[in-house]
Amino acid sequence: MKIIIPIKRVLDPYTQARVNKQTEQVDLTNAKMAMNPFCEIAVEEALTLKESGAASETIAVSIGTDKTVDTLRTALAMGVDRAIFIKTESELDLQPLHIGKILANIIKREEAELIIMGKQAVDNDNNQTGQILSGLLDFSLGTFISKFDLSSDASSVEVSREIDSGIETRKLNLPAIVTVDLRLNEPRYASLPNIMKARSKPLETIELDSLGIDTSPRIKVISVVESGTKDRASKQINSAEELFSELNQMGVL
Amino acid sequence: MERESIEYDVVVVGGGPSGLASACKLKQLNPNLSVCLLEKGAEIGSHILSGAVFEPQTLFDLFPEDAKNCPTLKTPVVKDDLYWLTSNNKSIKIPSWLMPKSLHNKGNFIISLGELCQWISEKAMELGVDIFPGFPAQNYLTDESGRVIGIATGDMGIDKDGNQKGTYTPGMDILAKQTIFAEGARGHLGKRLIKEFNLDEGKTPQHFAIGFKEVWEVDNDKHSPGDVVHSMGWPLKGGTSGGGFLYHFENNRIAVGLIIDLNYSNPSHNTFQEFQQFKQHPSIKQYLESGKRVSYGARAITKGGINSLVKMEFDGGMIVGCDAGTLNPSKIKGSHCALQSGILAAEYINKVLLEENCDFDDLFKNSTLYKELYESRNFSAAMHKFGFYLGAMYNFIESNIFQNKLPFTIKDENRDCDSLSLSKASSIKEYPAPDNVLSFDITSSLFLSGTNHEEDQPVHLKLTDVSIPLTRNKKLYDEPAQRYCPAGVYEIIEKDGEDYFQINAQNCLHCKTCDIKDPSQNINWVPPEGGGGPNYIGM
Amino acid sequence: MSALILIELNGSEVNASSRAAITAASKLSDSIDALVLTNDSSNSESVSKLAGINSVKMIVDDSLENVNVEVASKLIADVMSGYKYLVSGSSTYSKNILPRVGALLDVQPISDVCEIKSNNTFVRPLYAGNIMATVESSDETIIMTVRATAFEHSGDGGSAEVEVLSITIPESNSTFISLQESQSERPELTTAARIVSGGRGLGSKENFTLIEQLADKLDAAVGASRAAVDAGFISNDYQVGQTGKVVAPQLYLAVGISGAIQHLAGMKDSQVIVVINNDPDAPMSRMADLVWQTDLFGALKELNEYQV
Repeated sequence: MKIIIPIKRVLDPYTQARVNKQTEQVDLTNAKMAMNPFCEIAVEEALTLKESGAASETIAVSIGTDKTVDTLRTALAMGVDRAIFIKTESELDLQPLHIGKILANIIKREEAELIIMGKQAVDNDNNQTGQILSGLLDFSLGTFISKFDLSSDASSVEVSREIDSGIETRKLNLPAIVTVDLRLNEPRYASLPNIMKARSKPLETIELDSLGIDTSPRIKVISVVESGTKDRASKQINSAEELFSELNQMGVL
Repeated sequence: MERESIEYDVVVVGGGPSGLASACKLKQLNPNLSVCLLEKGAEIGSHILSGAVFEPQTLFDLFPEDAKNCPTLKTPVVKDDLYWLTSNNKSIKIPSWLMPKSLHNKGNFIISLGELCQWISEKAMELGVDIFPGFPAQNYLTDESGRVIGIATGDMGIDKDGNQKGTYTPGMDILAKQTIFAEGARGHLGKRLIKEFNLDEGKTPQHFAIGFKEVWEVDNDKHSPGDVVHSMGWPLKGGTSGGGFLYHFENNRIAVGLIIDLNYSNPSHNTFQEFQQFKQHPSIKQYLESGKRVSYGARAITKGGINSLVKMEFDGGMIVGCDAGTLNPSKIKGSHCALQSGILAAEYINKVLLEENCDFDDLFKNSTLYKELYESRNFSAAMHKFGFYLGAMYNFIESNIFQNKLPFTIKDENRDCDSLSLSKASSIKEYPAPDNVLSFDITSSLFLSGTNHEEDQPVHLKLTDVSIPLTRNKKLYDEPAQRYCPAGVYEIIEKDGEDYFQINAQNCLHCKTCDIKDPSQNINWVPPEGGGGPNYIGM
Repeated sequence: MSALILIELNGSEVNASSRAAITAASKLSDSIDALVLTNDSSNSESVSKLAGINSVKMIVDDSLENVNVEVASKLIADVMSGYKYLVSGSSTYSKNILPRVGALLDVQPISDVCEIKSNNTFVRPLYAGNIMATVESSDETIIMTVRATAFEHSGDGGSAEVEVLSITIPESNSTFISLQESQSERPELTTAARIVSGGRGLGSKENFTLIEQLADKLDAAVGASRAAVDAGFISNDYQVGQTGKVVAPQLYLAVGISGAIQHLAGMKDSQVIVVINNDPDAPMSRMADLVWQTDLFGALKELNEYQV
């Protein structure tokens, strides 16, 4: 069984996103970039399956300009077998629907049966790509998973989903797509020896244009602003009684 | 899991200007050498902080063709002002002819040193250097004869009590014929090497300052790219020396900072607050008032000059840049010196590897770096010894009238950690609350530094004796770590009714001030898990 | 230009986020229908009472009790012909289903809309809410989820007709096994209507139990600042802030929290912020609607003993 792990390079989640005054876009110049943390969890889960003998091959896929190769090398250093780099000539505003179509193309070509990916990327926070991909491929779908068990005959997986009302457990027949949540596992480090070894692992480059997918934006970003924090009225109170009466008036109790 | 090891011809510790220059030069001299460079920051540049007004000549020497297109050299200095801030709202502009020659900046560029290092690292990779950011060298390795034979990276995935976590990953030994240490000011391995190999024998103790820097984004009408402002005087007083800077560079950015010499004596002196106050002076405030602060950071500076510059070569390796102390204190510029020292080290090591006869001392004494440092040899010591006004006057006379050719050398033999007076003998300094327009608190400042450390790991600020902060330091100096640290790492708090010395290691900016200034020399800075620390952008 | 709301039910009740979706849709269309996928036709009652709804479309089948996304997305895609908008409140329910509907209709959905600027222009958060983007959709059909905290919750008062749609339920290759409903005595932090949060000012793990007591009294979730977590008062699951959970409850009561920006980033969108602290200069106070500057322990004691 082949596993494909689509991954994304994003602004490091510990870095403050800022709007560049001149370009009026989120400023990524010289910013620290990293693998989306949910993607790291997806990679870890795929590696665990490979190590247990359940998977034959793990393949990381990412889309972007040349810098994206760094993120794919990180996945290779963590232990993924090979990588597919979908190269774009410039920074494109690719949206989940486009990404879904690109990934669907690769998944069909590779005949992969299991797709493990992050539930969302921490830059655009869409939380859509896995769902869209499942619709395009008509694969079964398990979103927000915190537990993953492959059946012994590798025909289905049992997943626990973290939903608002609790934990839902479902059985998904393969082929399937799962999107992972934070509590699924703790991703391993890319160790220095493995980073060195990752340099010689296979990385295939495919020009996006060669796939013939329409990537014209469906959604145009008109403007971005930093939300900041606003100061509030800060009314002084002096007793529990006063506090409860204010809160009652505000209707929040 | 076992430790693995790998061999290189040369391993370089640190991805600042000196380390990168040495790696590039080595590959230029001999493309067949295998060279790797380790950087503790998550990326090249993420732990780099400098003013910076940059003398570009060395960069052109290193990359004669490519440096012409270096995108960092965008803003040439067009105007050079020096102010003497006489009080919190008064200043005297020092006429150009009275400015020490070393502070003239014609031909220099205002840059972000972090951005420059990123650019040089791209050149290094093109030359075939293997660069590994996110991996600090934890130790150096020696053979039976005591010769340095490489370094060891730290283990990852250790919890705060020292136990292995599920993600435990052992470090790696990188063996090399020659190891270059380029960790910047007060490198933790450099400190140990200097001691083990007696590299500071016959030298005056190294002197340091702490440099604060913020980058602000300002409106067009406040911004004149290429303008350089330096200041002396307020808010530093009472025998504390140092100076301020304000540089206008590209993209409507202003770099503003204050450098405070770490030989100050009043234990209630709060370095962070001094810097926040500095921005309130009308001659600084006028530029920042309507702007927005976008980053914050601090870093120790090595400024003892040639009198304190340690012996740079030892058996198995070299120590270069600010790790050794190559900054030119009269210009307060270290980047071009660091590049030069890296290049010299590469030239020397290339010969050593070819088993050619070569004496580093000869190489160094014939270099432009040596000439420059020798001429400025009395600058810091004069400031320290004679005090600010007499020292400044001395420096002016020496550099502008005697052209740095006086036949004697002034030395300052006192260590920075020994300069504190007792609390009871010192005035208490008080600072106004932040106005959140120009001055801010530490937590919101730290947020802009992007500093972050994995929380569940051993504290990387090691106390030799855990009782000292609350006994000796508190009693004698009201534990000055609470005030010299620019990141609020050290606090004495009340826990269960008793004083408790809290170390907020995750706030650390890797500036090394605690390692330098602790009056009991009880704090030992060691690298945290790889990738931790500030994430400076454009600093 | 009619709009369809995908209604989410809690048992037989309409979820608050669906009520926010009705308010959002009313800014886009005069003709709003509600769609309910359920196993129990009597659930139509609460939906038909919603104000502002034209008609209720209902699909009833046993398999829709714990709705299966493969099935739901096909059903919704079928029903969508004739509608310009598909709107639902942001929740794990809608976020699971709507993007898959988008794939079936070749539409790029829009997540977490916070403001409606025009019939195709919306404001939504990026980078954990640190950036707000105004985006314009060029799709013929618009599919979106809206933040429940950003729109008023539309009330009852309507009497919409209910139409049970007869659609063949498609086959699916996934099956429901079980639902383990949240057992915690306290509400879950990220969805709680009220949060009582403690900082390092509390001084010890033992003192932190005072926060838990107050939370129980207010039927609130417990939160903590990173400093409190670092000091070992409470586990990291409770951390509110940039490195922890991002929350926007109706009431955020912060006790002994100075208000590092990391923390503010995680709770600044709370509707009402109350700060109890002994430090008048703490940055947290500027964020507050109500400030009680006093001894923390005295205040907590008084609050815990107060008869509501």
